[in-house]
Amino acid sequence: MSRVLAFARFWYAFIFGDDWLIAAGVAAAIGVTAALADGGVAAWWVMPIAVIALLVGSVRRGSRRAPRNESEVP
Amino acid sequence: MTRGALLFVTAFLASGVEMVEALTIVLAVGVTRGWRSTLLGAGVAVIALAVLIAALGGAISRVPIDVLRLAVGALLLIFGLQWLRKAILRAGGQLPLHDEAASFLAERANAAGAVRAPNELVDWYAFTVSFKGVFLEGVEVAFIVITFGAARSHGVAIAAAAAAAALLIVLAAGVLVRAPLSRVPENTLKFTVGLLLASFGTFWSAEGAGVSWPGGDAALIGILALLLLTSLAAVRVLRRGFDPAGLSPASKGADA
Repeated sequence: MSRVLAFARFWYAFIFGDDWLIAAGVAAAIGVTAALADGGVAAWWVMPIAVIALLVGSVRRGSRRAPRNESEVP
Repeated sequence: MTRGALLFVTAFLASGVEMVEALTIVLAVGVTRGWRSTLLGAGVAVIALAVLIAALGGAISRVPIDVLRLAVGALLLIFGLQWLRKAILRAGGQLPLHDEAASFLAERANAAGAVRAPNELVDWYAFTVSFKGVFLEGVEVAFIVITFGAARSHGVAIAAAAAAAALLIVLAAGVLVRAPLSRVPENTLKFTVGLLLASFGTFWSAEGAGVSWPGGDAALIGILALLLLTSLAAVRVLRRGFDPAGLSPASKGADA
């Protein structure tokens, strides 16, 4: 069981890293883009804006928590 | 620069960073515990990786290209933003720089402290640590190669060639110096790779969601420029002693 947990932890850290809100935000942004594109709207601008907002927000959260130990994020 | 060349550079740098980390572990264990079991562990890890890549590569090639672009783009974007975030925090003095020399010394101290059973043909400590280091870092390289390869035609060949070139250069450097590759500016590499992964991720995930980019492939350069400017601005703000919102004083830390 501990090996299964360790395996799950490795993949969680590998994909979600220190800030799971990045993954959640990317999923939401892709959903909005797909919905707008499906409705015939030129939605190319959604992803760049969302990515910049996610990056700035994550750096801001990270700077509030610093200094701290490094995690498993590669 | 064409998209193929940009893809090669991204895969080369991303693979190189992971390989430097794996090499640091192998060198530390090899120097301390002897080379036979260390290289055996690294060799078995490479074989296990080859099996994993063959299985994953075959499965991925059967998925429709739009679904792949969406999934791969999202994963690359998440992965790239995580790298970029950490590189910005390090360059801004918010996190300590990852020091390969310190990693080497810590790994060597651990290896020297581990007990070795007498009359054992294989030093299982050296084997296990070397296997783990090479396999885990190798999974990350495999992830980069497979995902890049899946999202465009001839992508696997380009990404695999880039990873092979990175492997040759890192191995040659390792053989020459027999010490941690601490002169490699790791944070600069991670900053660059994070930018490239996030740019490709943004481009492909939007395409997979049904978007047509204005200017076609040239939009990739625009996304890269936007991310670069934002990241440099964030580092500058952090170095001045405030977080991006100007809400909390930053700790004075390492220089980039």
